[in-house]
Amino acid sequence: MKGAGSTIKALLTLCVILLLLPAPLFAFERFDPQELHGFIDLRGGSRLQNDRYQRDTSLLEARLQLEYNQQFDSATLLLRGDLLADEVTSGKSLDLQTGAGIFDLREANLIFSPTDLTDLKIGRQILTWGTGDLLFINDMFPKDWQAFFIGRDEEYLKAPSDALLLSLFPDWATIDIAFTPQFDSDRYPSGERLSYWNPQLGRIAGRDAVNTAEQPDRWLQDYELALRLAKNLAGYELAIYGYRGFWKSPAGFNPVSGRASFPRLNSYGASLRGALQGGIGHFEFGYYDSREDRTGSDPLLPNSELRYLLGYERELAKEFTASGQFYLEQLLDYASYRQNLSGGEKPRDEFRQLLTLRLTKLLLQQTLTLSLFSYWSPSDQDFYLRPTVKYKLTDALLLTAGGNLFGGDQRQTFFGQFTDNTNIYAGIRYSF
Amino acid sequence: MKRLLLILILLLGLPLSGLAAPSADEIVARANRAAYYAGKDGRADISMTITAPNGQSRNRQFSMLRLTDQGEDQKFYVYFKAPADVRKMAFLVWKNVGKDDDRWLWLPALNLKKRIAPGDKRTSFVGSDFFYEDISGRGVDEDNHQLLEETDSAYILRSEPKDPDSVEFAWYQVWIDKQNYLPLKAVYYDRQGQAYRQVEALQVEMIDGHPTVVEAKASDLRAGTSTINRFSNVKYDTGLSKRIFTERFLRRPPREVK
Repeated sequence: MKGAGSTIKALLTLCVILLLLPAPLFAFERFDPQELHGFIDLRGGSRLQNDRYQRDTSLLEARLQLEYNQQFDSATLLLRGDLLADEVTSGKSLDLQTGAGIFDLREANLIFSPTDLTDLKIGRQILTWGTGDLLFINDMFPKDWQAFFIGRDEEYLKAPSDALLLSLFPDWATIDIAFTPQFDSDRYPSGERLSYWNPQLGRIAGRDAVNTAEQPDRWLQDYELALRLAKNLAGYELAIYGYRGFWKSPAGFNPVSGRASFPRLNSYGASLRGALQGGIGHFEFGYYDSREDRTGSDPLLPNSELRYLLGYERELAKEFTASGQFYLEQLLDYASYRQNLSGGEKPRDEFRQLLTLRLTKLLLQQTLTLSLFSYWSPSDQDFYLRPTVKYKLTDALLLTAGGNLFGGDQRQTFFGQFTDNTNIYAGIRYSF
Repeated sequence: MKRLLLILILLLGLPLSGLAAPSADEIVARANRAAYYAGKDGRADISMTITAPNGQSRNRQFSMLRLTDQGEDQKFYVYFKAPADVRKMAFLVWKNVGKDDDRWLWLPALNLKKRIAPGDKRTSFVGSDFFYEDISGRGVDEDNHQLLEETDSAYILRSEPKDPDSVEFAWYQVWIDKQNYLPLKAVYYDRQGQAYRQVEALQVEMIDGHPTVVEAKASDLRAGTSTINRFSNVKYDTGLSKRIFTERFLRRPPREVK
């Protein structure tokens, strides 16, 4: 119940902050049912092949999301959470940190403006920045890859942070400072519902070897700090970023405990986005400073990296848009990495390349959306395809179907390891 | 004596020049100002009803803020309130006359400011029969305008695109009110000379000294669909700040749209 304990701590902190705020902030109005919204979402999915370590059912769940906004005199309260009946991991105890169990708290925060040029958002919130399309370099906020790979709605790729976001708006720029007192990791594929490559076992593993990584969880010590300075120059969006925290997925291994770990990480980067040749171009760059293995000599810890991203999006025809991205991961201290690699392990490439393509077509007065997102890595020789069809039967009813198709020459590569998880799914959502 | 003559000429000349019909380009320029540039800024709540050929209808509700920035460049902020699946989405447009607009969409569930590729402005706005261009205006220099006829109440013009490949119409005919210069109706024709699309003002009211279309209809004559926009709480010159049209207020909608 580690996660629940820390969430209680976070909620307590929120309460203390609320009590410390000046009372006139809360000239309370009555509960307004008009402000209650949400949806009911039912979806199910199945693997297309036999997976030794998992059931055929990849997804079977019913979800009720409720959202409530309360506008006070000078602050806004937002509560949004999902009641979830998840058949695939049923019996899991409630953990607000990982979203397991019957309740997934998506947002619980308060926004107010301490000064005219400042906004403060405190509490559980979804944080995003950067220019990538389903590729992230400087967005170090938690992602839920598990939700993404099994066919939940794309919004669930973003996992919530328990954080304090301070935004400053001087004339010359926008400055965001996100402080997360206790590390929020990605919700990564751990074997519980997706089989994955387990480097210790040297094979694919699943429910038989759930990867329970050592989560840094000391309050105010294992914190994360993310910064962004952004400027809009005549439609060209420039930004620089900084981050102090941890690798977001368990990239290291602790030989003492025999468990995967989240080594410390700093990152620095920049991005540019703007109009280009009748479309939108973007560029992003990041330097990942792997603080616990700066020389690259420890084979159990990740080396530092440089990451680059170049993308372009354009409307090709009426209501038909295409976009492509080229992404490059450069492993630093590569010679040192190769030297210290243990005998049996297959070495990573120095340059991991990834290409993405997105095609989107709207039809029937924009009630039908056909889209395909694909990842393909020429260096890893693996791929991941995400076809989706969405049809709005009425304003309230949305039908969805799609697939998550993985493949690759080898099982160790990022997408290749998920080959046996290849699945299709369908869902229906009623919004109110 | 000379001065008296000059005054006489001026006195006679002024009303004469006032009576002469303005040129087609002048009419279009004034119509563009009346339709899209009333006041320094403006706001409205819009209820949009899209009706399918089978009579089934869909409804969208949103608030729109508009600010005239420098010259003819404008900024638009659209905040959606219904239906539920688009609620709290915000759409920001920096209209740049003579080049592509900058457009962003705010997706609240992802807390994501999504940049939208410029694209064709003559595509449907949120699935309706209105085009983006009907909402933010079409550049007056993009077509050649010709005054066809003058009735008691309206100028009737025919406009042909300078670049026919850039648009879906061969030409359109537009009726412009002689009094207030608001475009009352536009009918679009394809290359076979068939009318296939129509946009009309159903109701006009005087608000804060500006003649304002408070009900408008767009029809797709081929598909048999139509959309009606009803405008309420229309206000002009409320002193909107330029700051509203930035990322800060995408994340946190301003009180002006609530």
